[in-house]
Amino acid sequence: MSGMPLRAVDFPAVFPGPAPVHCGTHSDAASDLRLLAAIQHGLPLVPRPYAELGRQTGLSEAEVIERLERWLETGIIKRLGVVVRHRKLGYRANAMVVFDVPDAQVGAIGARLAAFACVTLCYRRPRRGEAWPYNLFCMIHGRDRATVETQVEALTLACGLEAIPRAVLFSRRCFKQRGAVYR
Amino acid sequence: MSLTPLQKRLLNDFQRGFPLSPQPFQALADALGVDEAEVLENLRTLSDSQMVSRVGPVFAPQRVGSSTLAALAVPAERLEAVAAWISDLPEVNHNYEREHRYNLWFVLTAADPERLDAVLARIERHTGLAVLSLPLLEDFHIDLGFPLDFGSGPT
Repeated sequence: MSGMPLRAVDFPAVFPGPAPVHCGTHSDAASDLRLLAAIQHGLPLVPRPYAELGRQTGLSEAEVIERLERWLETGIIKRLGVVVRHRKLGYRANAMVVFDVPDAQVGAIGARLAAFACVTLCYRRPRRGEAWPYNLFCMIHGRDRATVETQVEALTLACGLEAIPRAVLFSRRCFKQRGAVYR
Repeated sequence: MSLTPLQKRLLNDFQRGFPLSPQPFQALADALGVDEAEVLENLRTLSDSQMVSRVGPVFAPQRVGSSTLAALAVPAERLEAVAAWISDLPEVNHNYEREHRYNLWFVLTAADPERLDAVLARIERHTGLAVLSLPLLEDFHIDLGFPLDFGSGPT
C-alpha cells in the first residue's frame, strides 16, 4: 500500500500556521508529529532508544516501534539505519549528472540509472527553458574524480544515452550538509 | 582517525534494516560478537568525528513538508558571501558549490509550498539573482544505503 503522505497541515505543532480543518479523527497526528521531530536527528545512542523516544513524545516503547514500522511500510521512511557522511569517509568526488531525456522514456531510463550502485539519488525534475534544459538527475559519489568520470561514461553507455544532452556538475566546496529540519 | 574493523562494520553493515526491537544496539552487538556498550561507544565516536550523520531514518522527499532543489548563478567574487548567507537560512539543509554557470546548489525544505515560495522570494530579493527552483517530480531510487569500499582508500 502506498499510504497517505504525512502532510504539513496534519502536523500543526511542527508546522505552525493556520489551524487545519479536520473532518475525520486525527488523534494520532500530534504524537506522530512529536515523534517525527524527536527522531529526525537520529535515535538516541542509549540501550533502549525507542523507550527514550517514547519518554520524549508521550508514547510507549511499543507505540514508537509500531509507528516506525508503519512509516517504513508506507514508504514515508525510505530506510532506517546508519547514515554516513561520504566526504568524511574519503568519498570526496561527487557529481550531479543531468540529462535531457525524452519525456516518454524518462521512467524507464531513470529506473535503469537508479540501479547502479554508484548512483545514490535519481530524480525527475522540471526543465526550465534554455536556462536549464535537463529533466533527469542522478548523484554519483566516488573516492576521486577519475573514478566518477569512468562511472559516468559506463552508465551513459549502458543506458544508451551517448547522444542525449547532458552535463556533469562536480561539487567543489560543501558549505552545509545536514538532515532536513521540518518546521 | 583510522578506522578499526569494528567501526568499518558499524559503518557498512547497518545502513538499512536497523532492528525495531527494544534493544537494537544489543542486536548489533550480538551480530558483531561484542558487547552493547562497545557498540554504543563506537557509534558515539563515529558521530563525534562526523563520519556518521545519525543512526536513524531517511525520510522520503516530498512525503513530509515541501522541498526543492535550488540553484543560483553567482558571480565569483560574491560566491562566498552569498553561500554563507544561504547556509544560515534554517530552511537550507545542503549547500554546495558546483562546476557550472549555476555554481551554488542547495536544498530548501519548508512546511508547505507557500512557505517555500516565500523563502525563494526572499533569496531573490536579498541576492538580486534569479533562483532556479527544481522540485522533485519523480523518485527512481530505492535507498539501500551506500556500500563502502575500505580496500583502497586513505581510511
